[in-house]
Amino acid sequence: MSANALLIAALILPFVGSVIIALLARWPNPREAATLLTASLLFLAGLCLTGPVLAGARPALHLIQVAPGLAVAFAAEPLGMLFALVASGLWIVTSVYSIGYMRANREPRQGSYAVFFAVSLGSTIGAAFAANLFTLFLFYELLTMATYPLVTHKRDPAAFHAGRVYLLMLLGSSLILFLPAVVGIWLLAGTLDFTPGGIVAGKASVFQVTLLLALIVFGIGKAAVMPLHFWLPAAMVAPTPVSALLHAVAVVKTGVFCIVKITVMIFGIETLAATSQSGWLTWVAGATVIAASVVALRQDNLKRMLAYSTVSQLSYIVLGVAILAPISLVGAAMHIAGHAVSKITLFFAAGSIYTAHHLTEISELNGIGRRMPWTMGAFAIGALGMIGLPPTAGFLGKWFILSGAMQTANWLAVGVIVVSTMLNAGYFLPILYRAFFLPVPDGSQPGHEAEHVTGGEAPWLIVLSLVVTASATLGLFCFPTVPLALARLMMGAS
Amino acid sequence: MIEPLAHLPVLLVITPLLAALLAGFMRRGGTAFGLSLAVSWASPVMAITLLARVLASGPVSYHIGGWEPPWGIEYRVDALNGFVLVLVSVIGAVIMPFAWRSVARELEPDRQAWFYCMYLLCLTGLMGITVTGDAFNAFVFMEISSLSTYVLIALGRDRRALVAAFQYLIMGTIGATFYVIGIGLLYLATGTLNMMDLAERLGGAAAEQPRTIVTGLAFLVVGVSLKLALFPLSAWLPGAYAFAPSLVTIFLAATATKVAIYLLIRFLFSIVGPAVGFAASPVAEMIIGLSLIAIFVASLIAMFRLDLKRMLAYSSLAQIGYITMGIGIANQPSLTGGIVHVVNHAITKAGLFMAVGCIVFRTGTVSLTELAGIGRRMPLTMAAFTITGLGLIGAPGTVGFISKWYLIMGALQDGAPWLAFVIASSSLLTVTYIGHVLEVAWFRPTAPALAGVSDPPLSMLLPLLVLAAATIWFGIDTSWTAGIASRIAEGLLDGVAR
Repeated sequence: MSANALLIAALILPFVGSVIIALLARWPNPREAATLLTASLLFLAGLCLTGPVLAGARPALHLIQVAPGLAVAFAAEPLGMLFALVASGLWIVTSVYSIGYMRANREPRQGSYAVFFAVSLGSTIGAAFAANLFTLFLFYELLTMATYPLVTHKRDPAAFHAGRVYLLMLLGSSLILFLPAVVGIWLLAGTLDFTPGGIVAGKASVFQVTLLLALIVFGIGKAAVMPLHFWLPAAMVAPTPVSALLHAVAVVKTGVFCIVKITVMIFGIETLAATSQSGWLTWVAGATVIAASVVALRQDNLKRMLAYSTVSQLSYIVLGVAILAPISLVGAAMHIAGHAVSKITLFFAAGSIYTAHHLTEISELNGIGRRMPWTMGAFAIGALGMIGLPPTAGFLGKWFILSGAMQTANWLAVGVIVVSTMLNAGYFLPILYRAFFLPVPDGSQPGHEAEHVTGGEAPWLIVLSLVVTASATLGLFCFPTVPLALARLMMGAS
Repeated sequence: MIEPLAHLPVLLVITPLLAALLAGFMRRGGTAFGLSLAVSWASPVMAITLLARVLASGPVSYHIGGWEPPWGIEYRVDALNGFVLVLVSVIGAVIMPFAWRSVARELEPDRQAWFYCMYLLCLTGLMGITVTGDAFNAFVFMEISSLSTYVLIALGRDRRALVAAFQYLIMGTIGATFYVIGIGLLYLATGTLNMMDLAERLGGAAAEQPRTIVTGLAFLVVGVSLKLALFPLSAWLPGAYAFAPSLVTIFLAATATKVAIYLLIRFLFSIVGPAVGFAASPVAEMIIGLSLIAIFVASLIAMFRLDLKRMLAYSSLAQIGYITMGIGIANQPSLTGGIVHVVNHAITKAGLFMAVGCIVFRTGTVSLTELAGIGRRMPLTMAAFTITGLGLIGAPGTVGFISKWYLIMGALQDGAPWLAFVIASSSLLTVTYIGHVLEVAWFRPTAPALAGVSDPPLSMLLPLLVLAAATIWFGIDTSWTAGIASRIAEGLLDGVAR
């Protein structure tokens, strides 16, 4: 297939898949097969597209001109390619995991769950390949709406409450801040197309650039820069596979992806450096990194702790942007991939513990490592990735961001990275200690005894998935060629 | 020699008028419905033909009875009112099939023929206001449409419909009186009622008798504002929409206020604009201020309404605020946004009210508290509600986004970024009340009382789905909506600049 055909295939596959899944909703096995097939085909299309993109091809698709300046158009460029690969690859694993998790926990409404999951992924891919700011905005909003039913999946008052926070914060920030920024960029630059080097150079005053950048950073609520992060912990009421893929990968990464892409291809990092935007953005991102880590330290609910850790890690990526050095942006792009595989592993592990033992609080995890060696082994690898230690993917991103900070003598950023690394260690290592070295309490978990304590590990599909993602965390450290090449290509290096 | 195409402007008015007379003699609802359907489907054909001619070769002028203007009445169609004619007639054509079962369910058999008679009269009035180039003639048609509207509202099943109709009668009469006083004062100063003539002579008259002109215009703007339900002259609207028969609510929400908005645009830009300079006058600022209040106050009230029809009625007030806001800012993008929102709101609000009409048809209730889980019982209806609701919110990919895009652009170009943020943030209020309905409809456990309920028959469902499809279609292909609106705005502002 030609590169253009592959691009079209990647864009429509998830939506076609969602229709097929909806038609098969009543029959669990064919339905799951359809999900897996769609995810695999999507990943395959992404892989086939990677070759041409690495070779310099930029397949593009102009769909329709809505109004002057508003076109729905797609193009495969390196950063979007990287993001699409991560999202579609992890969708396959998550689908496998979902089957194990949803069936073991006897979750209701698995059909509509799978449909919305596919639509969410489709929106993510659409955002990844958006060729202009309008298309990006379109799929950004679609993603919010498609994930809302997943967040409220449990349909109880707590879920509705969380759903409202989720919807209002994400739609609110994007409609109030992001949209005016898009209109402002259109009025200033006369175009919304993503262009290497940016489109506002020489067309906007320092004040205008600052204002627009602030609108973008805070308007993209999915990036969870404080104080717009509340929706993320709230969204943890969703079933764990949703938290894992959407709120560790697809949704939040769409947020930071947008920020990276807009800074590189709308503002242009030279323009931003020339108007000295680095300072305040470093403060904002740095404050989020530290504050979210401190909050994470104090959490006892495992998923909430992971959510705050996500908030903190997302701002690493924003920090990579704030440093405004090409190498730190490469680091930011790498961290999109690196954090994705590690964090999904951690969420898989949390879901695995919940499925096997119905435990949700960190204080209940004494000795769990000996009962669930695979799960907690994977958890340990994911935790190393969060702290940023080799040999995990998290190390690479952090390394590049740190080099950028050193290069530009941004000592504030260096300080933030060092302190946050210690904080990360401070909340992940005690869990590992507790899981592996503390004894199992006697007569723990009254009430769940009869049903769940019999075995140690969760169903094999769950274990399989988390082993795969943990291996990916290690694998990405050992073989970073493709993502690194894509990330470098984004910055114009060959 | 008779050339039928040349008579299109008057045919648009006379056809529904004659049909209304005929319907008045009919006894069976079915035959009257057939007649209305025929007229409703013929009108858009005529209107679109007319608009195509206007867009191709400039304004069309038609002299009633062969009398030359300014002595005779002139019908004058340019891009602006051609566009509104198409809107009104197309909406009429789309919603008419819905009437068949809805009216049969909601009205007693001996009243149905009367209903169609009044409906056709209302259509006559709206078409007449739009097509005429004579300020006093517009008043006559305004009365025709208003009087028939009072009857239509009073035909509602609930006895409170009578109160609502009476309230509208009082308010509407005040509005019409203000309008006619305004016209009288302008006539006093200029000696003409023809709109083109008025525009020409107003400048000179304003220099001679500034007070008469200003007073006249003030009466006129207030009178029209009452008809278009600009806050705070909108107290009549929620009750009228809530208690009228479903079809009437749909029709009024989509067309009646829109025609009044057309009249406001016509006066402010084509007549006052060139002479007095509208954008510089305090009217513009007042309209912006009132629009802002309308958007926020009405949306806030809508958030706390559990009666779906009332909620949507308040939402209409807010949406009218967007349109008048575009008029008030008065630059090219904002005016484009205002005009395109006339169409976009007509589509979305007609769709929403129609979905509610379907719910009423099946369940007999409009109270949100009794409709938990209705989405699973009436999936297609609620899917259409969801799509048109997203259009109302202004989600990208729907019509509402296009309107907001132009309005925000207008505000930014006007050097009022705060206004852009206010417009943008108001969407959040819409999200709240539409989101509440969606949450109840889709995610709550189905209420036992809704056990036997299902989607309505095809004649009701199809128009609804057409409107939902239009919500998306015109959000993606805007050449017929924003494209033409942008041309109109340019033309209007050129007129002002001249």
